[in-house]
Amino acid sequence: MTRTTGLWLIVGMAGFCLLPWYAVDSGFWSFLWLNNLRAEENAPGAILLLLFDRMWLSPTLGALIVSAAANVMIANSVIRARTLVGTAAAGLLLTALQGLIIVRDGPVLLPGLLSSVAGTEGQTGFGAGAAVSVLALLFVLTTSISALGKGRGDAFVIGLIGLIVTLVGVFVFFPVAHILVRAFELSDGSYALSGFLPRFLASDIWGLGCLIGRGYCGPAVNSVFLAVMTGAGTTLLGLAFALIFTRTQFKAKPLLRILTVLPIITPPFVIGLALILLFGRTGVATEIFANLFGVEKTRWLYGFGGIYLAQLLSFTPIAFLVLIGVVEGVSPSMEEASQTLDADRWQTFRYVSLPLMRPGLANAFLLGFIESLADFGNPLVLGGNFNVLSTEIYFAIVGAVADPAKAAILAIALLTLTLGAFLIQRRWVGTGSYATVTGKADSGRHAALNRTVRFACYATALPWAAFTAIVYSMIVFGSFVKLWGYDHSFTLDHYLRAFAIDFSRGIRWSGVAWDSYFTTLTIASIAAPLTALVGLSTAYLLVRQKFAGKNIFEFSTMLSFAIPGTVIGVSYVMAFNFPPIELTGTSIILIIVFVFRNMPVGVRGGIAAMSQLDRSLDEASITLGANSFTTVRRVIAPLLGPALMAALTYSFVRAITSVSAVIFLVSAKHNMATSFIVGRVENGEFGLAIAYSAVLIVTMLTAILLLQLAIGKRRLRRADRVEQIA
Amino acid sequence: MKKISLISAIAFAAAFSAGQAFADDLNVVCSNEQDWCDLMVNAFEGETGIDVSMVRKSTGETLAQIRAEAGNPKIDVWWGGTGDPHLIAAAENLTQPSGADTSELLGWSINMAEISGGKTVGIHAGALGIAYNADVLAEKGLQPPVCWKDLTDPSYSGEIQVANPNSSGTAYTELATFVQLFGEDEAFRLLAEIGRNVNQYTKSGSAPSKAAARGETTISIGFMHDMVKLAKAGFPLKIVSPCEGTGYEVGGVSVISGARNVDAAKKWVQFVLSAKAQSRGPEVGTYNVPSNSNATVPPESPDLASIKLIDYDFATYGASETRARLLSRWDEQVKPVGR
Repeated sequence: MTRTTGLWLIVGMAGFCLLPWYAVDSGFWSFLWLNNLRAEENAPGAILLLLFDRMWLSPTLGALIVSAAANVMIANSVIRARTLVGTAAAGLLLTALQGLIIVRDGPVLLPGLLSSVAGTEGQTGFGAGAAVSVLALLFVLTTSISALGKGRGDAFVIGLIGLIVTLVGVFVFFPVAHILVRAFELSDGSYALSGFLPRFLASDIWGLGCLIGRGYCGPAVNSVFLAVMTGAGTTLLGLAFALIFTRTQFKAKPLLRILTVLPIITPPFVIGLALILLFGRTGVATEIFANLFGVEKTRWLYGFGGIYLAQLLSFTPIAFLVLIGVVEGVSPSMEEASQTLDADRWQTFRYVSLPLMRPGLANAFLLGFIESLADFGNPLVLGGNFNVLSTEIYFAIVGAVADPAKAAILAIALLTLTLGAFLIQRRWVGTGSYATVTGKADSGRHAALNRTVRFACYATALPWAAFTAIVYSMIVFGSFVKLWGYDHSFTLDHYLRAFAIDFSRGIRWSGVAWDSYFTTLTIASIAAPLTALVGLSTAYLLVRQKFAGKNIFEFSTMLSFAIPGTVIGVSYVMAFNFPPIELTGTSIILIIVFVFRNMPVGVRGGIAAMSQLDRSLDEASITLGANSFTTVRRVIAPLLGPALMAALTYSFVRAITSVSAVIFLVSAKHNMATSFIVGRVENGEFGLAIAYSAVLIVTMLTAILLLQLAIGKRRLRRADRVEQIA
Repeated sequence: MKKISLISAIAFAAAFSAGQAFADDLNVVCSNEQDWCDLMVNAFEGETGIDVSMVRKSTGETLAQIRAEAGNPKIDVWWGGTGDPHLIAAAENLTQPSGADTSELLGWSINMAEISGGKTVGIHAGALGIAYNADVLAEKGLQPPVCWKDLTDPSYSGEIQVANPNSSGTAYTELATFVQLFGEDEAFRLLAEIGRNVNQYTKSGSAPSKAAARGETTISIGFMHDMVKLAKAGFPLKIVSPCEGTGYEVGGVSVISGARNVDAAKKWVQFVLSAKAQSRGPEVGTYNVPSNSNATVPPESPDLASIKLIDYDFATYGASETRARLLSRWDEQVKPVGR
């Protein structure tokens, strides 16, 4: 008998016999279902099977019972494990099949044959009972696989792989497949391969007209150009900031720190609007330049220039968050060794520090690249006639001429680009070792930057920080005036309308924004830790474990990030509006979409940080008798402070600021702040929208600072010191 | 292992067991302005005692969502937004006849119900127009446009903004209006000539007027009620009703096929068509022209009587074949001359 397997089987049985099998209308946590467990909609699987003739639930129970019997009776551990793999896999498969086949209106496949077994009645979506039973079977499966000696017999690692593969499969592949299959749809509604290639390779996607000076370039070409520029630009700026933080004695670091994170905590349209008011044809900066130098007022902002500026502003913080941990992690000993060998500061930086930062640079670039491809808000506001894939996809879905096939084809083009970038990034990082955190005594000083590099960093980062500061003070200014851009008389009206509190009869949240504000904060606070957990666990598997199909697994975790939010949103509605998994209209679907959409940042940051941790640390821990879970918890996790911080910050903030994915998923009960703000902007109520954004920015900033306090600073060495510059 | 599995088990269980959001009596998606949505929800709840859950989404987004949810809709009734998507939804059987009493309604509203087989009814109308930023126009020393044809004047080069009809219903209405006013060949010749002056084909239909309000462009084409709202907000926007006449859109209300609360949805339709409800628009700054003949028309709203309205043929120009043909011709002949 295997103890872990036994435990999971008990959990599974309990789920099947005690928890409601279907999703409960009043919500699981209301526990109203406890009052009437024998009602069909609240009944656990066991009661459904006995009293309601739901024969199709029997395979689940059967798998649990047979597995339990096998676990107790078979003495030979190899045969036992093999049997359990078989029974658990069969149970999972049959449970999933019955859910997919027997929907609300009865069986969808072979109705004649099935209705004799299953009757013609249908069923609603899976609930807690089904979830627990399925999860238990999954862990029985993975535990048994590890008992067969796969994955060095490590039940934790195999279990984690199984869990993440299942989650990614259910919440990324399953929904995305719903929309990508539309790419093969012909105009008459049938499906064929023949229609795909000509449309995919058409010149209205890949056209190069602008290069030869005639007409437009295809959106794919524009997107790639923009993404490469943005990836390079954000990585460079991020590196400059990271170097200033770790390698110089710059005085105003805390202030700079705030400026570096500000842009990600801004709903995207706000940056666009601020840029228009600065650099638009009637913008403040444009007026000043026109008056001083007689420069003609143009509309240069609308097009590549504007989007690029806005994207640099929006995505530099992500590069910075990834890079700061990596730059900090580069071991001073290496740099000291280099200097002992008579290298000067430039040579040390160029040939020792910089190459050791490669995984960080590569991951920062990849994130910038993908973010730029999928960015929707900035091109929408500032795009002008510069068409990119993300906006084209959005309007193929919601535009005047809805063409889901075109949207799917464009989405595939976008995925192809992402895959390309991903493969190039992998090649560039190569297979070298970047481990610099080894656990050995390491008390040297970080080499200071040489003059040129230091000034290059200052010259890049400081004007940028000043620019950020200007943009944000403008936003705050905009929230306190009557009509930003025209009537600059002071007013508190916008704040009062949004966030008034009525104290006359107890506390009443009378402002119009409170509702969505509370919903947003709740959902973001639940989603952030889950995202970090899933993301960093995945990173751990990718860096530390070897298993078949690892490359595909790694790419698949990037998938949900690389697909524009609109596509994700629509595909979630298509996939999760019907049994077996019916989630639309709940807050859960919002949490899930955030977790799986933002986990790649956790993964990338985690990979970059973990590549620096020497394997000898894990080995030492294992040698001392710890299992891999303890190793993760006590050794690796504490060294991942910055990566954890990055993942938490990013996912928390993204859950608050993302627009396109949630538009389709918000409902009357669970409305999100961004969807509220966008509605107000559409309605021309800029003041209210900006005031709300300002409040969100302050909220997120506070949350990030608290997080930073809570997580604290990791201690890599006795003291982080930077060489004094004489 | 245990800790992670436990956490994930909890997350998983929570994921599969959360409350569903259709326990309410009526689920409304509103594609009108937020304040107008809120006001009508409160009024309806007060009058009928039915509990309403309302969320505001734009027209295109709502249609995409209704399509994705077809078969198991979470929405009962869709109120507001331009008429074309409502007609498309009706043609795709995504909506069902509401059986509303149309006797008090104006002709264009009843027309909408007739085309769709009663599946959608017109709630308000909005005419197309031209707007210009008076400050910028004066600064550039340009004459204000009076007619559609004035927009071809080379002195407006780079000063006009209009949406792309492939993505915007507003711009499609403009295209169809031109075709109905001037005949197809002449319409495309004019549009191409105007195209030389266009600085940007925006994605969204309301974007050009917003840009004109801030002076980012000088002249915009769009719906007049959007322009009125911006002018009321304090922007120096002047509105022109073109001398040749102009087209208009009719906003719709539709009950979703397979709605869980059909009776309440039908009550909602009847309620928003009533004179009493429609007369309240000005309270929240809504300047559409209401469809109930007994409703009071807000003085600020563009007076449909003083605007030369064309006899807009919704059946022909809403049909997908006409639409596809006109749009591909637009792509060939109008878009390439833009800058």
